[in-house]
Amino acid sequence: MALEMAKAEMERVQRHGEETYPLECCGLLLGHMDGGGRRVVVEAARMRNANTESPQNRFVFDPHEHLEKQKSARARGLEIIGFYHSHPDHPARPSQFDLEHAAWPGYSYLIVSIERGRAAAQAGANSFELAEDRSRFLEEAVVLTD
Amino acid sequence: MGMRIHIPLPLRVFTGQHATVEAEGRDVGEVLEDLMRTHPQLRSQLLNAEGKLRSFVNVYLNDEDIRYTGSGTTPVQSSDTLSIVPAIAGGNCGRC
Repeated sequence: MALEMAKAEMERVQRHGEETYPLECCGLLLGHMDGGGRRVVVEAARMRNANTESPQNRFVFDPHEHLEKQKSARARGLEIIGFYHSHPDHPARPSQFDLEHAAWPGYSYLIVSIERGRAAAQAGANSFELAEDRSRFLEEAVVLTD
Repeated sequence: MGMRIHIPLPLRVFTGQHATVEAEGRDVGEVLEDLMRTHPQLRSQLLNAEGKLRSFVNVYLNDEDIRYTGSGTTPVQSSDTLSIVPAIAGGNCGRC
């Protein structure tokens, strides 16, 4: 599978990570599935990192905010196709903690690396899907469009 | 007439790609059981080996988390809506 998104939306994700640095940012990927099973992002929607104990290396969605964003997305004809978060000064690769807290297979899990306050230039944004047996993440291609 | 249940995208492969399904029951527990009876593959996605909701599965009756309203014994009406919403968390574990 692959994740398709406009460069402008990826930049929005990266800006979010830069703004919250050195804390982790998080958000929703709203869009739809295309006929070939590819997840297509229409909008990256910011969420508040509700983790107050360790936001520099943890994030959690506020569940009510998640519910409200889901309802508003549905009203706009959009689906929640995945989630994003940032890794301040760490690679854009899922951690064991990410794996232990993943939801179902079938979402895209986009991670952006923010190094010293700036979006990492090399391999700074990677997306993953959860294996069917939940044992690991599988990297998926990120297709950026104009 | 049953009540509506909103199904998150990854689980629609088990509901014939329907984003909303109907299920019947007098309380949340009966409605979820009816949902899993008519869509058996949802059971392992929603429940753990002990038959409890998996830790990352939140269920909302309208706008309320059922954990705070009586969980499975929360009474329902046909005009109510259930939403299945995953709890989302994570983060870099580099320093833990």
